[in-house]
Amino acid sequence: MTTTQTQVERPARVPARDSARAGAPSLGRWLLTAAALAFLGLFLFVPLALVFAKALEKGLSAYAAAITEPDALSAIRLTLLVTLIAVPLNTVFGLAAGWCIAKFEFRGKSVLTTLIDLPLAVSPVVAGLVFVLLFGSGGALGPWLSAHEVNVIFAVPGIVLATTFVTFSYVARELIAFMQAQGREEEAAAVVLGAGGVQTFLRITLPRIKWGLLYGVTLANARAMGEFGAVSVVSGHIRGRTNTVPLHVEVLYNEYAFSAAFAVASLLVLVALVTLVAKKTVAWRARVEKR
Amino acid sequence: MATRAARRVLPGFRLSFGYAVVYMCLLVLLPLSTLVITTAGMSWPDFWSAVSSPRALASYELTFGASLVAAVVNALFGLLVAWVLVRYRFPFKGLVDALIDLPFALPTAVAGITLTTAYAPNGWLGAPLGRLGIKAAFTPLGITIALIFIGLPFVVRTVQPVLQDMHAEAEEAASVLGASRLQSFVRVVLPQLLPAVLTGFVLALARGIGEYGSVVFISGNMPMRTEITPLLIVTKLEQFDYQGATALAVVLLTASFGLLFGTNALQWWTRRRLATP
Repeated sequence: MTTTQTQVERPARVPARDSARAGAPSLGRWLLTAAALAFLGLFLFVPLALVFAKALEKGLSAYAAAITEPDALSAIRLTLLVTLIAVPLNTVFGLAAGWCIAKFEFRGKSVLTTLIDLPLAVSPVVAGLVFVLLFGSGGALGPWLSAHEVNVIFAVPGIVLATTFVTFSYVARELIAFMQAQGREEEAAAVVLGAGGVQTFLRITLPRIKWGLLYGVTLANARAMGEFGAVSVVSGHIRGRTNTVPLHVEVLYNEYAFSAAFAVASLLVLVALVTLVAKKTVAWRARVEKR
Repeated sequence: MATRAARRVLPGFRLSFGYAVVYMCLLVLLPLSTLVITTAGMSWPDFWSAVSSPRALASYELTFGASLVAAVVNALFGLLVAWVLVRYRFPFKGLVDALIDLPFALPTAVAGITLTTAYAPNGWLGAPLGRLGIKAAFTPLGITIALIFIGLPFVVRTVQPVLQDMHAEAEEAASVLGASRLQSFVRVVLPQLLPAVLTGFVLALARGIGEYGSVVFISGNMPMRTEITPLLIVTKLEQFDYQGATALAVVLLTASFGLLFGTNALQWWTRRRLATP
């Protein structure tokens, strides 16, 4: 350990202090580590273990039954559908925003960057509310929509819109940071040497940002699959039709079907754990490629 | 100038800028503008009575109070966790470090039912607390526990990189000059970490104010006692009181935008202070 080495290498002029110090820190160190781990245990590790313990408390067959009953399957299908629309939309936006913010100078750039972070500061409930105000029966576009028999609120389009809103910032934030760190010289060189815009993007930019892109998409994906507040406001909770996986968990929990609720919840925990692994992998790949 | 040359050389500015701005206007700014329009359609007395009803005031006290306590706990323990993760070695450190981000990745509803089950009177952690005479779930304490969970990563993740980049020389100099460990921590290390701790604290606070999913399960949702402002917004919406819901949303948004604006200013100030030694 580095600290012990510096203590050993220290000149022998102050031996008394050094030996006093060598004993004390190990106790302090042990106490601080124990306090930190106890805090994390109470708030992180115990709850995490509890999800799987409760999910499996009635056995594997009950677990399998809970995640394969029709309402659960329709919730899973809806969540996948919503995620498959919201995440690609925000990925295209993230690429466009990253490209113009990281590769060009223009007026209002800091305003644009701030606005991209805006949805992160909006309470999920408020994110749902604004779509109710816009498309709901008493909302701005409500009369027009009902005249044309289009349902947005309490239907799938509203869930897609709310999910896209809350996952809006993730890919763009990661890509802006990644692309700004890499500068624009390589792309400029490619263009000067005669490459087209698309070719430059696919051959030069994309390979260099792929880890940042992957991480941003994973984060957006986890949030899209797990969003509760915003979706809860716009969904209308119609069982088998507008219930996403988190809403289905809520329904089961409120019906006191605790093990079933935790079984379905454990699917979302697995998504979260995959996200954490992706983060570690990206950090590790980025370090490797820097060398 | 290199910038200007690059601007001329690289293609796609208009396309990417135009797409980004149009998409953002349609998906974010247009929906948010409905808050302004709805509020503008309210008379001042209506707005005032909606945001200052006793039930609303009780919900602010609870929401802001619990968020503040949770953010303070997270500032102290986040600093401790970041310190232990950067300076010490212990088994499974990599795993512990990775799990810090769990509250960011875990759906709030899952966090809600899990914490409620853990801290309920018969739960793994609620039962021992109950024997000490402490009731956690369905009280303001339970709400604070949920908000501690939700805000846990912020301070750790803002402090960690600063601590990693910090040079040990100043600390060593302090200890050679006879400072105790505590003295060198308080006088040398803490001032350098303070901006990061503050940033993490404000981010956790802003997140806590708007939080809904993890809190509704553990709070018990009793009006005037354990009803947070986001839940009151949902209640108003369910009663089709769109204006009342909007007025409360404006209060929440003003608070979280103000805090976020504050952090940006804080970061700008720190950068400037570090740039001019």
